[in-house]
Amino acid sequence: MLETQNLTLAYDKATIIAGLGLTIPMGKITALVGPNGCGKSTLLRGLARLLSPRGGSVLLDGHDIHRLPTRQLAKQLGILPQGPVAPEGLSVRELVAQGRYPHQSWFQQWQTDDETAVTTALEITGMAALADRPVDALSGGQRQRAWIAMTLAQQTSIILLDEPTTFLDLSHQIEVLQLLERLSRDEGRTIVMVVHDLNHATRHAQHVVALRDGNVFASGDPREVVTPRLLRDVFGVEADVLPDPRTGLPLCLPYGLHVS
Amino acid sequence: MTQQPWFTVRARRVPVSFRVDKRVVPVLAIVLLATVILMTLNIGVGEYPIAPLDVLKTVFGLPTGNTDHSFIVNTLRLPRMLVAALVGLALGISGTIMQGITRNSLADPGIIGVSAGASFVAVTLIVVVKDVPSGVLPLAAFAGAALVALLIYMLAWRKGDSPIRLLLVGIGIASIAGALTTLMITFGDINDVQRALIWLTGSVYGRSWEELLPLLPWIAIFVPLALLLARDLNALNLGEDVANGLGSRVVMKRGVLLFAAVALAGSSVAAAGTIGFVGLIAPHLARRLVGPLHEGALPVAGMLGAFIVVASDLVGRTILAPIELPCGLITAVVGAPFFIALLIQSRNR
Amino acid sequence: MASTTLSVASSKLNASTARRTRPTAVLLLGLAVGVVLLVAVMMLSIAFGAADISVQAVLNAVFAFDENNTQHLIIQTLRIPRAAVAVMVGASLAVAGAIMQGLTRNPLADPGILGIETGAALGVVAAVAFLHIGSLSLYALFAFAGAALTAAAVYTLGSLGRGGPTPLKITMAGAALTALLSSFTTGLLILNQRTLEEVRFWLAGSVAGRDLDLLGQAAPYLVIGLIAAMALGRQITTLSLGDDIAKGLGQNTVWLKLLSAIVVVLLAGASVAVAGPIGFIGLVIPHAVRAFTGVDYRWVLPYSAITGAIFLLLADVAGRLVLRPTELPVGVMTALIGGPFFIWLVRWRVKR
Repeated sequence: MLETQNLTLAYDKATIIAGLGLTIPMGKITALVGPNGCGKSTLLRGLARLLSPRGGSVLLDGHDIHRLPTRQLAKQLGILPQGPVAPEGLSVRELVAQGRYPHQSWFQQWQTDDETAVTTALEITGMAALADRPVDALSGGQRQRAWIAMTLAQQTSIILLDEPTTFLDLSHQIEVLQLLERLSRDEGRTIVMVVHDLNHATRHAQHVVALRDGNVFASGDPREVVTPRLLRDVFGVEADVLPDPRTGLPLCLPYGLHVS
Repeated sequence: MTQQPWFTVRARRVPVSFRVDKRVVPVLAIVLLATVILMTLNIGVGEYPIAPLDVLKTVFGLPTGNTDHSFIVNTLRLPRMLVAALVGLALGISGTIMQGITRNSLADPGIIGVSAGASFVAVTLIVVVKDVPSGVLPLAAFAGAALVALLIYMLAWRKGDSPIRLLLVGIGIASIAGALTTLMITFGDINDVQRALIWLTGSVYGRSWEELLPLLPWIAIFVPLALLLARDLNALNLGEDVANGLGSRVVMKRGVLLFAAVALAGSSVAAAGTIGFVGLIAPHLARRLVGPLHEGALPVAGMLGAFIVVASDLVGRTILAPIELPCGLITAVVGAPFFIALLIQSRNR
Repeated sequence: MASTTLSVASSKLNASTARRTRPTAVLLLGLAVGVVLLVAVMMLSIAFGAADISVQAVLNAVFAFDENNTQHLIIQTLRIPRAAVAVMVGASLAVAGAIMQGLTRNPLADPGILGIETGAALGVVAAVAFLHIGSLSLYALFAFAGAALTAAAVYTLGSLGRGGPTPLKITMAGAALTALLSSFTTGLLILNQRTLEEVRFWLAGSVAGRDLDLLGQAAPYLVIGLIAAMALGRQITTLSLGDDIAKGLGQNTVWLKLLSAIVVVLLAGASVAVAGPIGFIGLVIPHAVRAFTGVDYRWVLPYSAITGAIFLLLADVAGRLVLRPTELPVGVMTALIGGPFFIWLVRWRVKR
């Protein structure tokens, strides 16, 4: 179980998040949403141990992640930062193989497990046919899938993604989100993603956490959390929230600015 | 299952396994062979030309019918060649590490001030202290390099270091060191200054066992260290966040790698002055030949570095014979257009 | 991504200083104060030196010149030209740096860092070595050639690869070219001891020993360059907002960039011809100036000119006083002051 206790995160003098308590449900997709500057990326980085807390702690199964050995944590928690860049000429297979880092050592650099993990990751993400193409020659959606394959090869139960669909074409966005859904549903992985588009969050996530000014404004099932009131108070937007004709989940249709 | 691009080696009884890109072994072998051939040729060239076969015989201790050969080869020319090759090896690997850590393909130990620091100390010594004992110069140069590296790391580090800051601070320090070196050049005795400038350009002229022996431990320690950390360099090359996520202890590994790069660059400067562009070009070529994974790129870049320096020295000795051009000049002249061509090509891919 | 964060830092720089737009009256007053300061510092620099001379004597030397008075002679033949060179070169380099920073949106741009001065220096050294140019007066031509070629090379190199000409790539390309060109220069100096003897003082960057004749040869280029720069002020401000924005506002960015590059080459090249490569002025001064004037280049440029002149004069005086009676070349002084400033800039302004 992944949770924060009284977590305070800051950069130099600016405190972004103060005293935040949050529990991430296992085996589901959690979406972190909120306006720019609300701290969702910072929170994700804090969860991923990329940022040391100024106060409080992040606990994984009851252990403070900052006390866990780096390698051990990497076997349980993987992160895909925003807009990652692969070195020139690196093939998809080589990139995915990098995901095996926490499972390797100086003497055991390429065991059968490593090979199997890479092959499986390529298959799940549908990248097996493109395995030997260079990553920088792929389309946006393919590239993102390649990076996700890398985190899959890491074989972690929890995957954190920072804005995995921003800057992608519509079709590529759906590609990636459906992949994430498959991972959560078929493999039982826990996924935490920062998303910009609220409708992506409602459609694909089972748990939504809305942040404003570094605090959790609301969290829970999207049907309960995503309401006109949320859009008003967190995003400053007047919106209609209708049930999506296909899924019955909340569909946000903003129509104006909230004047307070 | 599709064909893997690498050889996998798995020992049965001992728990050891690793993989090697299929391209690495042949490329390494070819470059090694080419380097050895050039070294042999280079030893044979000079005021007393010696046939390549005789060179090989002399090196292996076989009689060649000419007693002078042993002296010329073993005392004069062989150590010089070995210095050239090892310096090239060190620079190639140092450059690869720098480019991997900073994720910037224009990084080179010369640019970030390490060479400038070493040069400044050495030039100051040459100009200020007449008749510097030759054992002192390498140590002083290395101290200069290490000092600069320390300064860079201290100044660029600021609650989470940034490779860009590292590079830029290095450029700043290089400018300061350069200005101070110019100061020495302006006020020193003209003959000292010329000697200092020659040293500055980078040359293996007159390098003997005295320069070779102090270089060996640095190579013996830091080259294997770099190779062992190849996987970490791969991780770092994906970005600090990704590397962290993969479980690499980024700050520590980066520090060690940087230290290795500085040690190799500093000891090279100490042995042969600032030979530029090797650390810039060799990694590019290596990555072009065997791909960006450092298990292959590091040794290949090292080997290519050795090749480049040996080749430059050969050209420098023969092109305007009997005048000897310093190999550092040749690497600059040849290196630059070559490098530009590489960059242009990569843009069109 | 690595390359974009530098530009973010510079636009943050622009944004934070833009908030302080001062009223025109204040800026004009500032300029006037600057001019007065400049004259005062000029007097100071003429008075100080290996032989101290009183300000009264200086005024006499200018207005009531007596041929037989040694002090007056020193003033006329050595000190005034020296001060004049410092003023012209300081102003030119500062303006060149300001233009480069506005043009490339790179807070770390400067004719020295980007190798343009090194290229100009190589042009001169090559001319001395191969063509046996004896007189300093022909230096200018070869300095221009060197500067122009280097500028083109840096821009091209920095544009290769992904992302086009980003600030970081151009800085790196400049550093790479600086290394390359200075090794060529060193090579030439090794091969030819006579060349070395002739140029090594010049190479350190100095305003000493330059006669008015030499300055006279270079002055037209510098003056044209400075005037052209001031005229381009408004256009450069627009360009500094971003290529696409400038084009959207109807600006012909290609012509402007070319024109600005020519101005930079004129200013940097002529300065190097007269005084050798003096670094960091173009880097430090525009930053200091922008803190006061904001980012409107109509003000940044004239302020840079005056501040640059004052700075170089003071650096020269410092160089004369620090190790009296030995004189430190002014190029070393500017590096010793500017280098740490550059590092401070990088440390505090460049984020990840």
